[in-house]
Amino acid sequence: MSAVRGRHNRTHPTFYWMVVPAVVLFFVLHTLPLLQGVFYSFTNYAGYGEWEFVGINNYLALFRDDRVLDAYLFTFQFAVVATILTNAIALAIAVGLNANIKLRNTLRGVFFLPNVLPMLVVGYVFSYLFASVLPVLGQNFGIEAISSNILGNESLAWVGIVVVAVWQAAAFNIILYLAGLQTIPTEVYEAASIDGAGPWRRFWTMTFPLISPFFTINMVLALKNFLMVFDHIVALTNGGPGNATTSISLLIYRGGFQGGEFAYQTANAVVYLVVIVVLSMFQLRFLQRREVAA
Amino acid sequence: MSDQQGLSLEGNAATAAAERAAGTAPERRYRKDRRGGTSWPLTVIMVLLTVSVFFPLYYVVVTALKTPEQLTGAGLGLPDPFAWGNFAEAARLTNYPRAALNTAVVTVLAVALTLVSNSMVAYAISRNMDKPFFKALYYYFVAALFVPFPIIMLPLVKQTSTLGLSNQVGLVLLYVVYGLAFNIFVYVRYLKSIPRELEEAALTDGASVWTTFWRIIFPLLGPMNATVGILTCMWAWNDFLLPLVILGNPESYTLQLVQYVFQGQFSTDYTLAFASYLMAMAPLVIVYIFAQRWVISGVMRGSGK
Repeated sequence: MSAVRGRHNRTHPTFYWMVVPAVVLFFVLHTLPLLQGVFYSFTNYAGYGEWEFVGINNYLALFRDDRVLDAYLFTFQFAVVATILTNAIALAIAVGLNANIKLRNTLRGVFFLPNVLPMLVVGYVFSYLFASVLPVLGQNFGIEAISSNILGNESLAWVGIVVVAVWQAAAFNIILYLAGLQTIPTEVYEAASIDGAGPWRRFWTMTFPLISPFFTINMVLALKNFLMVFDHIVALTNGGPGNATTSISLLIYRGGFQGGEFAYQTANAVVYLVVIVVLSMFQLRFLQRREVAA
Repeated sequence: MSDQQGLSLEGNAATAAAERAAGTAPERRYRKDRRGGTSWPLTVIMVLLTVSVFFPLYYVVVTALKTPEQLTGAGLGLPDPFAWGNFAEAARLTNYPRAALNTAVVTVLAVALTLVSNSMVAYAISRNMDKPFFKALYYYFVAALFVPFPIIMLPLVKQTSTLGLSNQVGLVLLYVVYGLAFNIFVYVRYLKSIPRELEEAALTDGASVWTTFWRIIFPLLGPMNATVGILTCMWAWNDFLLPLVILGNPESYTLQLVQYVFQGQFSTDYTLAFASYLMAMAPLVIVYIFAQRWVISGVMRGSGK
Protein backbone atom coordinates (compact mmCIF):
# COMPACT_ATOMS: atom_id res chain seq x y z
CA MET A 1 0.00 0.00 0.00
CA SER A 2 1.37 3.31 -0.99
CA ALA A 3 2.05 5.77 1.76
CA VAL A 4 1.25 8.62 -0.56
CA ARG A 5 -2.19 7.27 -1.20
CA GLY A 6 -2.77 7.74 2.49
CA ARG A 7 -1.36 5.81 5.38
CA HIS A 8 -4.85 5.19 6.61
CA ASN A 9 -6.30 4.92 3.13
CA ARG A 10 -7.38 8.55 3.39
CA THR A 11 -6.40 11.43 1.21
CA HIS A 12 -3.92 13.66 2.92
CA PRO A 13 -5.66 17.03 3.49
CA THR A 14 -2.77 18.84 1.84
CA PHE A 15 -3.79 17.36 -1.49
CA TYR A 16 -7.10 19.17 -1.23
CA TRP A 17 -5.31 22.46 -0.55
CA MET A 18 -3.24 21.86 -3.65
CA VAL A 19 -6.25 21.67 -5.94
CA VAL A 20 -8.90 23.85 -4.33
CA PRO A 21 -7.64 27.31 -5.42
CA ALA A 22 -7.23 26.14 -9.01
CA VAL A 23 -10.63 24.48 -9.07
CA VAL A 24 -12.33 27.60 -7.72
CA LEU A 25 -10.61 29.86 -10.24
CA PHE A 26 -11.28 27.48 -13.08
CA PHE A 27 -14.92 27.27 -12.11
CA VAL A 28 -15.30 31.04 -11.86
CA LEU A 29 -13.41 31.90 -15.05
CA HIS A 30 -14.33 28.99 -17.29
CA THR A 31 -17.29 26.90 -16.16
CA LEU A 32 -19.39 29.79 -14.90
CA PRO A 33 -19.10 31.79 -18.14
CA LEU A 34 -19.91 28.60 -20.02
CA LEU A 35 -23.06 28.06 -17.96
CA GLN A 36 -23.98 31.73 -18.25
CA GLY A 37 -23.57 31.48 -21.99
CA VAL A 38 -25.94 28.55 -22.19
CA PHE A 39 -28.35 30.41 -19.92
CA TYR A 40 -28.27 33.65 -21.91
CA SER A 41 -28.79 31.74 -25.14
CA PHE A 42 -32.41 31.29 -24.04
CA THR A 43 -32.93 35.02 -23.47
CA ASN A 44 -32.96 38.15 -25.59
CA TYR A 45 -30.16 39.81 -23.62
CA ALA A 46 -28.29 42.43 -25.65
CA GLY A 47 -25.29 42.57 -23.34
CA TYR A 48 -26.79 45.42 -21.32
CA GLY A 49 -30.18 46.45 -19.96
CA GLU A 50 -33.32 44.40 -19.52
CA TRP A 51 -33.85 40.89 -20.80
CA GLU A 52 -36.45 38.15 -20.78
CA PHE A 53 -36.65 34.50 -21.71
CA VAL A 54 -37.35 33.71 -25.32
CA GLY A 55 -37.09 29.93 -25.18
CA ILE A 56 -35.43 28.40 -28.20
CA ASN A 57 -36.19 31.33 -30.47
CA ASN A 58 -32.52 32.25 -30.81
CA TYR A 59 -31.76 28.74 -31.98
CA LEU A 60 -34.59 28.72 -34.46
CA ALA A 61 -33.51 32.07 -35.82
CA LEU A 62 -29.95 30.81 -36.32
CA PHE A 63 -31.07 28.30 -38.89
CA ARG A 64 -32.81 30.99 -40.90
CA ASP A 65 -29.96 33.48 -40.74
CA ASP A 66 -27.96 33.63 -43.96
CA ARG A 67 -25.03 35.32 -42.24
CA VAL A 68 -24.77 32.40 -39.83
CA LEU A 69 -25.15 29.75 -42.52
CA ASP A 70 -22.58 31.49 -44.70
CA ALA A 71 -20.17 31.69 -41.78
CA TYR A 72 -20.51 27.96 -41.11
CA LEU A 73 -20.07 27.17 -44.78
CA PHE A 74 -16.99 29.33 -45.09
CA THR A 75 -15.47 28.04 -41.84
CA PHE A 76 -15.95 24.40 -42.82
CA GLN A 77 -14.64 24.84 -46.31
CA PHE A 78 -11.62 26.65 -44.97
CA ALA A 79 -11.02 24.20 -42.12
CA VAL A 80 -11.26 21.06 -44.24
CA VAL A 81 -8.94 22.34 -46.96
CA ALA A 82 -6.47 23.78 -44.46
CA THR A 83 -6.47 20.57 -42.37
CA ILE A 84 -5.71 18.37 -45.35
CA LEU A 85 -3.03 20.67 -46.76
CA THR A 86 -1.37 21.22 -43.39
CA ASN A 87 -1.13 17.52 -42.70
CA ALA A 88 0.06 16.56 -46.17
CA ILE A 89 2.74 19.24 -46.21
CA ALA A 90 3.79 18.72 -42.61
CA LEU A 91 4.09 14.98 -43.06
CA ALA A 92 6.15 15.34 -46.24
CA ILE A 93 8.54 17.81 -44.63
CA ALA A 94 8.77 15.73 -41.45
CA VAL A 95 9.72 12.65 -43.47
CA GLY A 96 12.37 14.73 -45.23
CA LEU A 97 13.70 16.02 -41.92
CA ASN A 98 13.84 12.51 -40.50
CA ALA A 99 15.98 11.19 -43.34
CA ASN A 100 19.74 11.17 -43.57
CA ILE A 101 20.32 14.76 -44.51
CA LYS A 102 22.88 17.35 -43.58
CA LEU A 103 21.97 20.32 -41.36
CA ARG A 104 19.12 18.31 -39.90
CA ASN A 105 18.86 20.20 -36.62
CA THR A 106 19.22 23.59 -38.24
CA LEU A 107 16.52 22.75 -40.75
CA ARG A 108 14.18 21.61 -37.99
CA GLY A 109 14.78 24.92 -36.30
CA VAL A 110 13.94 26.81 -39.46
CA PHE A 111 10.74 24.91 -40.21
CA PHE A 112 9.44 25.43 -36.68
CA LEU A 113 10.12 29.16 -36.84
CA PRO A 114 6.67 30.24 -38.16
CA ASN A 115 5.12 28.83 -35.00
CA VAL A 116 7.10 31.28 -32.88
CA LEU A 117 5.61 34.25 -34.74
CA PRO A 118 2.39 35.96 -33.69
CA MET A 119 -0.47 35.07 -36.03
CA LEU A 120 -1.84 38.59 -36.21
CA VAL A 121 1.44 40.06 -37.42
CA VAL A 122 2.02 37.16 -39.81
CA GLY A 123 -1.41 37.92 -41.22
CA TYR A 124 -0.61 41.60 -41.72
CA VAL A 125 2.62 40.76 -43.50
CA PHE A 126 0.98 38.25 -45.81
CA SER A 127 -1.90 40.59 -46.50
CA TYR A 128 0.65 43.09 -47.82
CA LEU A 129 2.39 40.37 -49.82
CA PHE A 130 -0.93 39.46 -51.42
CA ALA A 131 -1.74 43.08 -52.10
CA SER A 132 1.59 44.32 -53.43
CA VAL A 133 4.08 41.61 -54.30
CA LEU A 134 1.98 38.86 -55.87
CA PRO A 135 0.07 41.14 -58.28
CA VAL A 136 3.35 42.58 -59.57
CA LEU A 137 4.72 39.09 -60.11
CA GLY A 138 1.43 38.00 -61.63
CA GLN A 139 1.47 40.85 -64.12
CA ASN A 140 5.12 40.32 -65.01
CA PHE A 141 4.68 36.61 -65.62
CA GLY A 142 1.20 36.96 -67.08
CA ILE A 143 -0.52 34.88 -64.42
CA GLU A 144 -4.10 36.11 -64.44
CA ALA A 145 -5.21 34.59 -61.12
CA ILE A 146 -2.80 36.58 -58.98
CA SER A 147 -2.46 39.77 -60.97
CA SER A 148 -4.86 41.50 -58.65
CA ASN A 149 -5.11 41.20 -54.86
CA ILE A 150 -6.77 37.85 -54.19
CA LEU A 151 -7.90 39.03 -50.74
CA GLY A 152 -10.13 41.56 -52.45
CA ASN A 153 -11.75 38.89 -54.56
CA GLU A 154 -14.88 37.42 -53.05
CA SER A 155 -14.32 33.94 -54.45
CA LEU A 156 -10.55 33.78 -53.91
CA ALA A 157 -10.02 35.49 -50.56
CA TRP A 158 -10.40 32.22 -48.66
CA VAL A 159 -7.45 30.78 -50.60
CA GLY A 160 -5.24 33.51 -49.21
CA ILE A 161 -6.35 32.70 -45.69
CA VAL A 162 -5.67 29.01 -46.28
CA VAL A 163 -2.14 29.80 -47.47
CA VAL A 164 -1.32 31.80 -44.35
CA ALA A 165 -2.99 29.36 -41.96
CA VAL A 166 -1.17 26.41 -43.48
CA TRP A 167 2.12 28.31 -43.52
CA GLN A 168 1.95 28.73 -39.79
CA ALA A 169 0.18 25.57 -38.65
CA ALA A 170 2.45 23.25 -40.65
CA ALA A 171 5.38 24.33 -38.46
CA PHE A 172 3.82 22.82 -35.39
CA ASN A 173 2.55 19.71 -37.15
CA ILE A 174 5.99 19.02 -38.61
CA ILE A 175 7.41 18.77 -35.12
CA LEU A 176 4.62 16.48 -33.95
CA TYR A 177 5.11 14.21 -36.97
CA LEU A 178 8.84 14.19 -36.33
CA ALA A 179 8.14 13.04 -32.80
CA GLY A 180 6.05 10.25 -34.29
CA LEU A 181 8.65 9.28 -36.85
CA GLN A 182 11.28 8.95 -34.16
CA THR A 183 9.24 6.26 -32.42
CA ILE A 184 9.76 3.93 -35.37
CA PRO A 185 12.51 1.43 -34.65
CA THR A 186 15.37 1.38 -37.17
CA GLU A 187 15.13 -2.38 -37.49
CA VAL A 188 11.84 -2.07 -39.32
CA TYR A 189 13.57 -0.22 -42.14
CA GLU A 190 16.50 -2.58 -42.19
CA ALA A 191 14.15 -5.49 -42.70
CA ALA A 192 12.37 -3.63 -45.47
CA SER A 193 15.63 -2.72 -47.20
CA ILE A 194 16.59 -6.38 -47.24
CA ASP A 195 13.21 -7.22 -48.74
CA GLY A 196 13.94 -4.67 -51.44
CA ALA A 197 11.01 -2.32 -50.77
CA GLY A 198 11.36 1.07 -52.45
CA PRO A 199 10.99 4.35 -50.55
CA TRP A 200 7.41 4.95 -51.67
CA ARG A 201 6.33 1.47 -50.70
CA ARG A 202 8.25 1.69 -47.44
CA PHE A 203 6.36 4.86 -46.58
CA TRP A 204 2.88 3.53 -47.25
CA THR A 205 3.30 0.04 -45.83
CA MET A 206 5.40 0.86 -42.78
CA THR A 207 6.04 4.48 -41.89
CA PHE A 208 2.50 5.68 -42.29
CA PRO A 209 0.78 2.85 -40.39
CA LEU A 210 3.34 3.13 -37.60
CA ILE A 211 2.74 6.83 -37.08
CA SER A 212 -1.02 6.64 -37.53
CA PRO A 213 -1.72 7.64 -33.90
CA PHE A 214 0.13 10.88 -34.64
CA PHE A 215 -1.81 11.29 -37.85
CA THR A 216 -5.06 10.98 -35.89
CA ILE A 217 -3.94 13.54 -33.32
CA ASN A 218 -2.75 16.01 -35.92
CA MET A 219 -5.88 15.74 -38.02
CA VAL A 220 -8.18 16.21 -35.04
CA LEU A 221 -6.34 19.13 -33.54
CA ALA A 222 -5.79 20.84 -36.89
CA LEU A 223 -9.47 20.68 -37.75
CA LYS A 224 -10.46 21.89 -34.29
CA ASN A 225 -8.01 24.80 -34.43
CA PHE A 226 -8.99 25.80 -37.94
CA LEU A 227 -12.67 25.75 -37.05
CA MET A 228 -11.85 28.43 -34.48
CA VAL A 229 -9.98 30.61 -36.97
CA PHE A 230 -9.95 34.23 -35.82
CA ASP A 231 -6.61 36.08 -35.79
CA HIS A 232 -5.83 35.15 -39.39
CA ILE A 233 -9.05 36.63 -40.61
CA VAL A 234 -8.89 39.78 -38.55
CA ALA A 235 -5.46 40.45 -40.01
CA LEU A 236 -6.07 39.40 -43.60
CA THR A 237 -9.59 40.32 -44.65
CA ASN A 238 -11.50 41.35 -41.55
CA GLY A 239 -14.26 39.07 -42.78
CA GLY A 240 -14.60 40.60 -46.20
CA PRO A 241 -14.97 41.30 -49.01
CA GLY A 242 -18.63 41.50 -48.15
CA ASN A 243 -19.05 38.65 -45.68
CA ALA A 244 -17.13 36.17 -47.82
CA THR A 245 -14.57 35.28 -45.16
CA THR A 246 -16.49 35.84 -41.94
CA SER A 247 -15.71 32.84 -39.74
CA ILE A 248 -17.96 31.64 -36.94
CA SER A 249 -15.62 33.03 -34.25
CA LEU A 250 -15.49 36.40 -35.94
CA LEU A 251 -19.26 36.50 -36.30
CA ILE A 252 -19.74 35.69 -32.61
CA TYR A 253 -17.18 38.31 -31.62
CA ARG A 254 -18.62 41.02 -33.84
CA GLY A 255 -22.30 40.36 -33.26
CA GLY A 256 -21.79 39.78 -29.56
CA PHE A 257 -19.63 42.77 -28.71
CA GLN A 258 -20.51 45.29 -31.35
CA GLY A 259 -23.87 44.25 -32.75
CA GLY A 260 -25.95 44.04 -29.55
CA GLU A 261 -26.60 40.36 -30.29
CA PHE A 262 -25.18 39.02 -27.06
CA ALA A 263 -27.80 36.35 -26.45
CA TYR A 264 -28.21 35.46 -30.08
CA GLN A 265 -24.49 34.98 -30.62
CA THR A 266 -24.14 32.94 -27.41
CA ALA A 267 -26.77 30.63 -28.88
CA ASN A 268 -24.62 30.51 -31.98
CA ALA A 269 -21.64 29.67 -29.77
CA VAL A 270 -23.53 26.84 -28.08
CA VAL A 271 -24.34 25.32 -31.46
CA TYR A 272 -20.72 25.81 -32.41
CA LEU A 273 -19.57 23.96 -29.26
CA VAL A 274 -21.83 21.04 -30.08
CA VAL A 275 -20.61 20.96 -33.67
CA ILE A 276 -16.96 20.96 -32.66
CA VAL A 277 -17.38 18.27 -30.00
CA VAL A 278 -19.40 16.03 -32.30
CA LEU A 279 -16.98 16.49 -35.18
CA SER A 280 -13.92 15.82 -33.02
CA MET A 281 -15.48 12.68 -31.58
CA PHE A 282 -16.54 11.46 -34.99
CA GLN A 283 -13.14 12.16 -36.48
CA LEU A 284 -11.37 10.47 -33.59
CA ARG A 285 -13.55 7.37 -33.91
CA PHE A 286 -13.17 7.18 -37.64
CA LEU A 287 -9.41 7.71 -37.69
CA GLN A 288 -8.82 5.32 -34.82
CA ARG A 289 -10.75 2.59 -36.55
CA ARG A 290 -8.53 3.13 -39.55
CA GLU A 291 -5.51 2.80 -37.25
CA VAL A 292 -6.64 -0.63 -36.13
CA ALA A 293 -7.19 -1.72 -39.70
CA ALA A 294 -3.77 -0.51 -40.79
CA MET B 1 -8.00 29.76 -28.86
CA SER B 2 -4.34 28.92 -29.00
CA ASP B 3 -1.73 26.52 -30.13
CA GLN B 4 -1.38 25.39 -26.64
CA GLN B 5 -4.92 24.23 -26.41
CA GLY B 6 -4.51 22.93 -29.89
CA LEU B 7 -1.84 20.54 -28.81
CA SER B 8 -4.49 18.68 -26.88
CA LEU B 9 -3.75 15.11 -27.69
CA GLU B 10 -7.25 13.97 -27.20
CA GLY B 11 -8.23 10.78 -25.51
CA ASN B 12 -7.14 7.36 -26.48
CA ALA B 13 -5.17 8.25 -29.56
CA ALA B 14 -2.72 10.18 -27.47
CA THR B 15 -2.42 7.51 -24.84
CA ALA B 16 -1.85 4.90 -27.49
CA ALA B 17 0.76 7.07 -29.13
CA ALA B 18 2.46 7.74 -25.84
CA GLU B 19 2.54 4.09 -24.97
CA ARG B 20 3.87 3.18 -28.35
CA ALA B 21 6.50 5.83 -28.00
CA ALA B 22 7.50 4.70 -24.55
CA GLY B 23 7.30 1.00 -25.19
CA THR B 24 8.85 0.32 -28.53
CA ALA B 25 11.23 3.13 -29.19
CA PRO B 26 14.72 3.14 -27.82
CA GLU B 27 16.24 6.60 -27.45
CA ARG B 28 17.73 7.35 -30.84
CA ARG B 29 18.16 10.94 -31.67
CA TYR B 30 20.85 10.53 -34.27
CA ARG B 31 20.56 7.82 -36.83
CA LYS B 32 23.22 8.79 -39.26
CA ASP B 33 24.01 5.27 -40.36
CA ARG B 34 20.50 4.10 -41.09
CA ARG B 35 20.60 3.40 -44.76
CA GLY B 36 23.96 4.26 -46.14
CA GLY B 37 25.27 7.81 -46.21
CA THR B 38 23.86 11.30 -46.35
CA SER B 39 21.24 11.96 -48.97
CA TRP B 40 22.50 15.06 -50.73
CA PRO B 41 19.59 15.51 -53.16
CA LEU B 42 17.16 15.46 -50.25
CA THR B 43 19.32 17.92 -48.33
CA VAL B 44 19.19 20.31 -51.28
CA ILE B 45 15.41 19.95 -51.57
CA MET B 46 14.91 20.65 -47.88
CA VAL B 47 17.19 23.68 -47.98
CA LEU B 48 15.28 25.02 -50.98
CA LEU B 49 12.01 24.55 -49.12
CA THR B 50 13.22 26.83 -46.33
CA VAL B 51 12.73 29.66 -48.80
CA SER B 52 9.02 29.40 -48.03
CA VAL B 53 9.82 30.24 -44.42
CA PHE B 54 12.49 32.83 -45.06
CA PHE B 55 10.85 34.75 -47.87
CA PRO B 56 8.13 36.46 -45.78
CA LEU B 57 10.69 37.19 -43.06
CA TYR B 58 13.13 38.68 -45.54
CA TYR B 59 10.31 40.80 -46.81
CA VAL B 60 9.46 42.07 -43.32
CA VAL B 61 13.06 43.06 -42.67
CA VAL B 62 13.70 44.88 -45.94
CA THR B 63 10.35 46.68 -45.85
CA ALA B 64 10.90 47.78 -42.27
CA LEU B 65 14.16 49.41 -43.35
CA LYS B 66 12.86 51.37 -46.34
CA THR B 67 11.47 54.83 -46.74
CA PRO B 68 7.99 55.06 -48.27
CA GLU B 69 9.58 56.35 -51.51
CA GLN B 70 11.72 53.22 -51.84
CA LEU B 71 8.67 51.05 -51.63
CA THR B 72 7.90 50.56 -55.30
CA GLY B 73 6.95 47.60 -57.44
CA ALA B 74 7.22 44.25 -55.73
CA GLY B 75 9.50 45.85 -53.17
CA LEU B 76 11.89 42.92 -53.00
CA GLY B 77 15.12 44.89 -53.35
CA LEU B 78 17.38 45.87 -50.50
CA PRO B 79 16.80 49.27 -48.93
CA ASP B 80 19.22 51.99 -49.93
CA PRO B 81 19.91 53.78 -47.69
CA PHE B 82 18.66 51.94 -44.62
CA ALA B 83 15.91 53.88 -42.88
CA TRP B 84 16.82 53.00 -39.30
CA GLY B 85 14.63 55.83 -38.13
CA ASN B 86 11.54 53.71 -38.84
CA PHE B 87 12.14 51.77 -35.67
CA ALA B 88 12.32 54.82 -33.46
CA GLU B 89 9.25 56.33 -35.07
CA ALA B 90 7.24 53.10 -34.86
CA ALA B 91 8.30 52.64 -31.25
CA ARG B 92 7.08 56.13 -30.47
CA LEU B 93 3.73 55.68 -32.23
CA THR B 94 2.95 52.35 -30.60
CA ASN B 95 4.49 53.22 -27.25
CA TYR B 96 6.65 50.15 -27.73
CA PRO B 97 8.56 50.17 -24.43
CA ARG B 98 5.29 50.20 -22.51
CA ALA B 99 3.68 47.45 -24.61
CA ALA B 100 6.81 45.30 -24.58
CA LEU B 101 7.04 45.60 -20.82
CA ASN B 102 3.35 44.72 -20.42
CA THR B 103 3.76 41.67 -22.61
CA ALA B 104 6.93 40.59 -20.85
CA VAL B 105 5.39 40.93 -17.40
CA VAL B 106 2.24 39.04 -18.39
CA THR B 107 4.27 36.31 -20.09
CA VAL B 108 6.75 35.84 -17.26
CA LEU B 109 4.06 35.78 -14.58
CA ALA B 110 1.87 33.46 -16.62
CA VAL B 111 4.73 31.02 -17.16
CA ALA B 112 5.90 31.10 -13.53
CA LEU B 113 2.42 30.73 -12.05
CA THR B 114 1.46 28.06 -14.56
CA LEU B 115 4.50 25.93 -13.74
CA VAL B 116 3.96 26.19 -9.99
CA SER B 117 0.19 25.80 -9.86
CA ASN B 118 -0.53 23.43 -12.72
CA SER B 119 2.16 20.95 -11.72
CA MET B 120 0.88 21.00 -8.15
CA VAL B 121 -2.70 20.34 -9.21
CA ALA B 122 -1.52 17.57 -11.51
CA TYR B 123 0.50 16.03 -8.69
CA ALA B 124 -2.44 16.01 -6.31
CA ILE B 125 -4.63 14.48 -8.99
CA SER B 126 -2.18 11.87 -10.20
CA ARG B 127 -1.42 10.59 -6.71
CA ASN B 128 -5.12 10.30 -5.84
CA MET B 129 -6.53 8.96 -9.07
CA ASP B 130 -8.15 6.14 -7.11
CA LYS B 131 -10.35 8.66 -5.30
CA PRO B 132 -13.55 9.61 -7.11
CA PHE B 133 -13.11 13.32 -6.30
CA PHE B 134 -9.69 13.60 -7.92
CA LYS B 135 -10.58 11.38 -10.82
CA ALA B 136 -13.60 13.57 -11.50
CA LEU B 137 -11.38 16.65 -11.33
CA TYR B 138 -9.07 15.16 -13.92
CA TYR B 139 -11.89 14.68 -16.38
CA TYR B 140 -13.37 18.05 -15.49
CA PHE B 141 -10.18 19.83 -16.49
CA VAL B 142 -9.37 17.71 -19.52
CA ALA B 143 -12.91 18.05 -20.89
CA ALA B 144 -12.27 21.78 -21.18
CA LEU B 145 -9.98 20.99 -24.12
CA PHE B 146 -13.08 20.59 -26.22
CA VAL B 147 -14.69 23.89 -25.32
CA PRO B 148 -14.07 26.48 -28.01
CA PHE B 149 -13.17 29.86 -26.61
CA PRO B 150 -15.91 31.84 -28.41
CA ILE B 151 -18.60 30.17 -26.33
CA ILE B 152 -17.23 31.57 -23.08
CA MET B 153 -15.87 34.76 -24.60
CA LEU B 154 -18.95 36.96 -24.25
CA PRO B 155 -19.95 36.02 -20.68
CA LEU B 156 -16.29 35.96 -19.64
CA VAL B 157 -15.85 39.60 -20.50
CA LYS B 158 -18.78 40.52 -18.24
CA GLN B 159 -17.42 38.25 -15.56
CA THR B 160 -13.90 39.68 -15.56
CA SER B 161 -15.14 43.25 -15.52
CA THR B 162 -17.45 42.47 -12.58
CA LEU B 163 -14.51 40.98 -10.71
CA GLY B 164 -12.25 43.91 -11.59
CA LEU B 165 -10.04 41.65 -13.70
CA SER B 166 -10.09 43.57 -16.99
CA ASN B 167 -6.36 44.10 -16.64
CA GLN B 168 -3.02 42.33 -16.67
CA VAL B 169 -3.78 40.46 -13.47
CA GLY B 170 -6.88 39.02 -15.11
CA LEU B 171 -4.93 38.15 -18.22
CA VAL B 172 -2.30 36.26 -16.21
CA LEU B 173 -4.98 34.38 -14.27
CA LEU B 174 -6.71 33.38 -17.49
CA TYR B 175 -3.53 32.00 -19.03
CA VAL B 176 -2.83 30.04 -15.87
CA VAL B 177 -6.35 28.69 -15.53
CA TYR B 178 -7.02 27.98 -19.20
CA GLY B 179 -3.71 26.20 -19.47
CA LEU B 180 -4.88 23.66 -16.88
CA ALA B 181 -6.80 21.58 -19.41
CA PHE B 182 -3.78 20.70 -21.48
CA ASN B 183 -1.12 20.92 -18.79
CA ILE B 184 -2.90 18.58 -16.38
CA PHE B 185 -3.09 16.11 -19.22
CA VAL B 186 0.65 16.11 -19.92
CA TYR B 187 1.79 16.42 -16.31
CA VAL B 188 -0.38 13.54 -15.12
CA ARG B 189 0.87 11.37 -17.97
CA TYR B 190 4.44 12.19 -17.00
CA LEU B 191 3.88 11.76 -13.26
CA LYS B 192 2.74 8.20 -13.89
CA SER B 193 6.26 7.39 -15.01
CA ILE B 194 7.85 8.73 -11.82
CA PRO B 195 8.25 5.90 -9.31
CA ARG B 196 6.56 6.54 -6.01
CA GLU B 197 9.31 5.05 -3.84
CA LEU B 198 11.10 8.37 -3.50
CA GLU B 199 8.12 10.28 -2.19
CA GLU B 200 7.12 7.41 0.02
CA ALA B 201 10.53 7.35 1.62
CA ALA B 202 10.36 11.10 2.22
CA LEU B 203 6.88 10.88 3.68
CA THR B 204 7.88 8.01 5.95
CA ASP B 205 10.79 10.12 7.15
CA GLY B 206 8.24 12.70 8.22
CA ALA B 207 8.41 15.18 5.36
CA SER B 208 5.11 16.93 4.67
CA VAL B 209 3.31 16.58 1.36
CA TRP B 210 4.33 20.16 0.53
CA THR B 211 7.99 19.52 1.19
CA THR B 212 7.85 16.31 -0.77
CA PHE B 213 6.30 18.08 -3.70
CA TRP B 214 8.77 20.96 -3.75
CA ARG B 215 11.91 19.05 -2.90
CA ILE B 216 11.36 15.85 -4.82
CA ILE B 217 8.58 15.98 -7.36
CA PHE B 218 8.93 19.47 -8.79
CA PRO B 219 12.62 19.03 -9.68
CA LEU B 220 11.83 15.62 -11.22
CA LEU B 221 9.22 17.29 -13.42
CA GLY B 222 12.00 19.30 -15.08
CA PRO B 223 11.52 18.11 -18.68
CA MET B 224 7.75 18.50 -18.50
CA ASN B 225 8.13 21.91 -16.87
CA ALA B 226 10.25 22.90 -19.84
CA THR B 227 7.56 21.76 -22.27
CA VAL B 228 4.75 23.49 -20.42
CA GLY B 229 6.86 26.62 -19.92
CA ILE B 230 7.76 26.87 -23.62
CA LEU B 231 4.20 26.41 -24.81
CA THR B 232 2.80 28.84 -22.26
CA CYS B 233 5.43 31.40 -23.18
CA MET B 234 4.67 31.22 -26.92
CA TRP B 235 0.96 31.37 -26.23
CA ALA B 236 1.02 34.31 -23.84
CA TRP B 237 3.49 36.33 -25.89
CA ASN B 238 1.74 35.88 -29.22
CA ASP B 239 -1.87 35.80 -28.10
CA PHE B 240 -4.22 38.36 -29.56
CA LEU B 241 -7.79 37.34 -28.79
CA LEU B 242 -7.62 37.25 -24.97
CA PRO B 243 -5.94 40.67 -24.64
CA LEU B 244 -8.41 42.00 -27.21
CA VAL B 245 -11.47 41.03 -25.22
CA ILE B 246 -10.10 41.37 -21.68
CA LEU B 247 -7.93 44.48 -21.53
CA GLY B 248 -9.74 47.76 -21.05
CA ASN B 249 -7.10 50.38 -20.45
CA PRO B 250 -4.79 51.20 -23.41
CA GLU B 251 -1.97 51.59 -20.92
CA SER B 252 -2.11 47.84 -20.34
CA TYR B 253 -2.12 46.79 -24.01
CA THR B 254 0.19 44.00 -25.07
CA LEU B 255 2.43 44.01 -28.14
CA GLN B 256 0.01 42.10 -30.36
CA LEU B 257 -2.92 44.25 -29.34
CA VAL B 258 -0.90 47.38 -30.06
CA GLN B 259 -0.27 46.13 -33.61
CA TYR B 260 -4.01 45.82 -34.08
CA VAL B 261 -4.75 49.30 -32.82
CA PHE B 262 -1.78 50.70 -34.72
CA GLN B 263 -2.88 49.05 -37.96
CA GLY B 264 -6.27 50.68 -37.60
CA GLN B 265 -4.88 54.15 -37.07
CA PHE B 266 -1.83 54.31 -39.33
CA SER B 267 -2.66 51.86 -42.04
CA THR B 268 -1.13 53.92 -44.83
CA ASP B 269 2.51 53.99 -43.82
CA TYR B 270 3.64 50.43 -44.48
CA THR B 271 7.29 50.95 -43.70
CA LEU B 272 6.46 52.11 -40.19
CA ALA B 273 3.95 49.30 -39.78
CA PHE B 274 6.53 46.72 -40.80
CA ALA B 275 9.10 48.17 -38.43
CA SER B 276 6.49 47.82 -35.72
CA TYR B 277 5.66 44.21 -36.71
CA LEU B 278 9.32 43.34 -36.69
CA MET B 279 9.71 44.72 -33.20
CA ALA B 280 6.67 42.77 -32.04
CA MET B 281 8.08 39.45 -33.23
CA ALA B 282 11.75 40.06 -32.55
CA PRO B 283 12.04 39.32 -28.82
CA LEU B 284 10.60 35.82 -29.03
CA VAL B 285 12.44 35.06 -32.27
CA ILE B 286 15.74 36.04 -30.71
CA VAL B 287 15.07 33.84 -27.70
CA TYR B 288 14.10 31.06 -30.07
CA ILE B 289 17.29 31.32 -32.11
CA PHE B 290 19.34 30.70 -29.00
CA ALA B 291 17.10 28.08 -27.42
CA GLN B 292 16.01 26.40 -30.64
CA ARG B 293 16.95 22.78 -29.95
CA TRP B 294 15.61 23.03 -26.46
CA VAL B 295 12.28 24.43 -27.67
CA ILE B 296 11.85 21.76 -30.32
CA SER B 297 12.68 18.89 -28.00
CA GLY B 298 10.28 20.39 -25.47
CA VAL B 299 7.45 20.48 -27.97
CA MET B 300 8.23 16.96 -29.14
CA ARG B 301 8.14 15.73 -25.56
CA GLY B 302 4.69 17.25 -25.11
CA SER B 303 3.44 15.33 -28.09
CA GLY B 304 4.01 11.97 -26.52
CA LYS B 305 7.65 11.19 -27.08
